[in-house]
This record gives sequence, C-alpha cells and structure tokens, in this order.
Amino acid sequence: MSLLQVRGLTKRFGKTDVLRGIDLDVQPGERIAILGASGSGKSTLLRCLNFMEMPDVGTVTLDGKVIGPSGKYRESELTQVRQRVGMVFQQFNLFPHMTAVGNVMEGLRTVRRQSKAEARTRAEKELARVGLADKAETYPAHLSGGQKQRVAIARALAMDPEMLLFDEPTSALDPELVGEVLNVIRSLADEGRTMLLVTHELGFAYHVATRIIFLADGTIHEQGTPDEVLKNPRQERTRAFLASHKQFSF
Amino acid sequence: MKWDFASVFDNTDALLAGAAGTLRLFAICLVCGLSLGLVVGLGRYARSKWLYWPATAFVEFFRNTPVLVQILWFYFALPILLPFTINPLAAAALGISLNSAAFSAEIYRGGIQSIDKGQWDGARAIGMGWGQAMRRIILPQAIKRMLPALTNRAIEIFKMSTLASAVAYVELLQQGKLIASLNFNPIEAYTAVAVIFFVFLWPLVQFTYVLERRLGRSE
Repeated sequence: MSLLQVRGLTKRFGKTDVLRGIDLDVQPGERIAILGASGSGKSTLLRCLNFMEMPDVGTVTLDGKVIGPSGKYRESELTQVRQRVGMVFQQFNLFPHMTAVGNVMEGLRTVRRQSKAEARTRAEKELARVGLADKAETYPAHLSGGQKQRVAIARALAMDPEMLLFDEPTSALDPELVGEVLNVIRSLADEGRTMLLVTHELGFAYHVATRIIFLADGTIHEQGTPDEVLKNPRQERTRAFLASHKQFSF
Repeated sequence: MKWDFASVFDNTDALLAGAAGTLRLFAICLVCGLSLGLVVGLGRYARSKWLYWPATAFVEFFRNTPVLVQILWFYFALPILLPFTINPLAAAALGISLNSAAFSAEIYRGGIQSIDKGQWDGARAIGMGWGQAMRRIILPQAIKRMLPALTNRAIEIFKMSTLASAVAYVELLQQGKLIASLNFNPIEAYTAVAVIFFVFLWPLVQFTYVLERRLGRSE
C-alpha cells in the first residue's frame, strides 16, 4: 500500500492555477526528486502534502487514511499530519531565540509534551547524527548556512516523521556548504527513509533518488527512474530543461 | 518674587498619599492596558471576521476619543445607565486602561506582523498549532522588538494618571491642586508635582534608551 496517495490535487493562487490535478503515489522507502523550472509548482506541491498550503481540490491519503474532507481541514488533524510528514525549508526557518539544541527540542517539548531531560537526550542524538553535537548550545545567528540547515534537518528528524519533504534544501547555501547538507540527506536515504526532494542538484538527484518527477505548468510532465528521465528524457520540455541545467557543465 | 517651598514640605504627607495613588493607578492601568491590548492585538491579527471586526471597532473607538472624556463618561454617565455607582479610581482605571489597550493593541499587531512568515512555517512543520506557535515562537521574538514601544506606552500611562484628578481621585496632581488652593502657593505646589513626576519618569526613560540600544545591537 502507498504511504502517501495524491489524487487530482489542484491549487490556485488568485486566478493562477499552480497545480492542475496531480496524481502521485509514494511507496515506503521511495526517494522522489521533483524537478522543474521556477514557477512550475514544485514547492507548492510539496507544501500541499503536509498542508502548509491547503489544496483547493483533490485528496491526500496518508497511510490509507484520507486527510480532510477537502476544504474542511481541522487544525488538530493537520498538526498530526505535519508531525508525520516532516519538512525542511530552503531558508531553514530555525527559531533564532533558541539554541541549536533548543530548536530540536522544541517540537518534543511543546507538541509531544516530553520531559526536558527526555527531549534533550533525543535532541542531542539528532544533532550528533547531523554532525553538530558540539554546536548544541550555539544560537542560529552564529552558525553557517550549512550548519543551520543540518540543525533544521535534526529538528525534523526528532519528530520521527514517516516521510521527509525537502524544499530546495541547498538553494540558499554558498556553494562550498552544499556538500555537507547533501551528505546528511544522503545518509538519511541510505537508512531507507521515504523522502520527497525539490532540488536543482541534478547530480545528487541522479545518484540518490529512486524516481524523478518533472513538473511543468502544474502537472507531472514526465516521470521515471533517474536513468529514464535524466539520461533519456522522452518529452521535449524535459530535454530543454535538462539542457539549460547542463549548459555550462564540462 | 520669593519661592517658598516650606508650604509644600509641610504637606509632604498629602503628596505621599498622592504618589501612592498615582502608583496604584499606574500599576492597574499598566497590567490591564497591556494585557487587554495583547488580546485586542491578537484579534486585529486574526483572520476570523468575528474576532477582527470587534477588535478593530474597539481600537478605532478608543483611539479616536479623548481619555479625559472617557474618564468623565465612566464616572458621571455610566452610573445613570447602570444601577451602580462607580468610584473615581475605577472610572480613571477604566478610561486609561481601555485607551492604552487600544494603542498597545496596534503595537502588538505590528510586532507580530513583523515576524518572518518562515517562522510560522518552521513552527507548523513540527506540528505546532496556532496557539503554540504564537506563544513559543512568534510572541517571544515579537515582544523583543516591541519592548521600546511598550515602555513608551508605560510612560504615557504614568502621565495620563493625572487625568484622574478630573474626578477627584487622590493622585499627585489632585494633591498638588489641593495644596495650592489651601496655601495659595500654585508655583511651588505645581513645581513640586512636576519634579516628582520627573524623578519617577526620568530613570524609566533612560531605561528605554538602554533597551533600544541593546535590542538594536542584537538584531
């Protein structure tokens, strides 16, 4: 059974149809890279999956249970879903008034109501996993972009999500900091975690993803294995997109 | 002319009683005004029209009517409409608190709105509800930015307490008036009142400068 099933997902912003009827099935352990030009709806699709944006039409089914009904989402239901579907953002969105370990503990303390000691033990474990055990007491303002993003990943992991959504996790980073974040994501992939990743790092997508989805005009224009989509794209627009991304490669 | 403060010093007890009255009124209005302001400010920020419109009506009404008129209205008009009397402290506290709530509501709303939307995203992504996100993530950051404006509000509240003399509430100005009329020494009496206010407020104002500098540095 699919972990996540999406049917006819449509999202409008004003008069613009950003997503036009997306159908998607995510199996446990799948790693899906979502590619597409800016404005193709990649981020919006991701944000609809954990209801940071509310879909206008369509259903999202998580582990066999339909979320909704569409248009009548209850806050308590959505906060449950968001704990099960973790998200990592382009701009990290760390809480600047809390230390690194405080950021990771926050969900455990406030949402899960864990004791301070329990939350701290777990948070330190997650920070160690992303290689930041020594930065536990550091505030975000004193961390590099790569370190911030790793704290943000640890914060998401602490909630034990069944699935992780990465929304361009390296796009805001200086080039020399991209590697450390991709390494962490890759280690999560090696653990067999289910993840959806919006990215412009085609090489990373090729090596880590089990499936590539190419979005254009709010629909899934082409999808398949990395070899199929990235090496032998069938659609003209996919080819054009890949060509523009490889323009200066050597 | 000759300044003669002896007649003021003879009435130290009266001035002390006035200072106590001023501080009492200030404390009540500070707590009530700023906490009601937070509630109204959250209402102004809310998406539900059932919260937004009452909060907006409140802010507009109390920002656009003079506090002195409100105090007189609560003292003289309200008891005619309702079957109970109201003492000078209650009338003054109501007028000043409601007015301060209206002004501080706009400070709270502005402060909350100034927080980056990504902070909401970060909070919601780990499963926080609206209230949890507001209390744990948004307000702590917003209050820090609002502190200078809120301390200014506190200073305003302190000075507005003199309006309570219009309903004969025992506070500093009321006592000054009393001393001046009994001893025929308005220059000394009102000077003394002004000096006492200055002594209370000057350190508070200095504190806001320090606060502004410190918060400006960490941003």
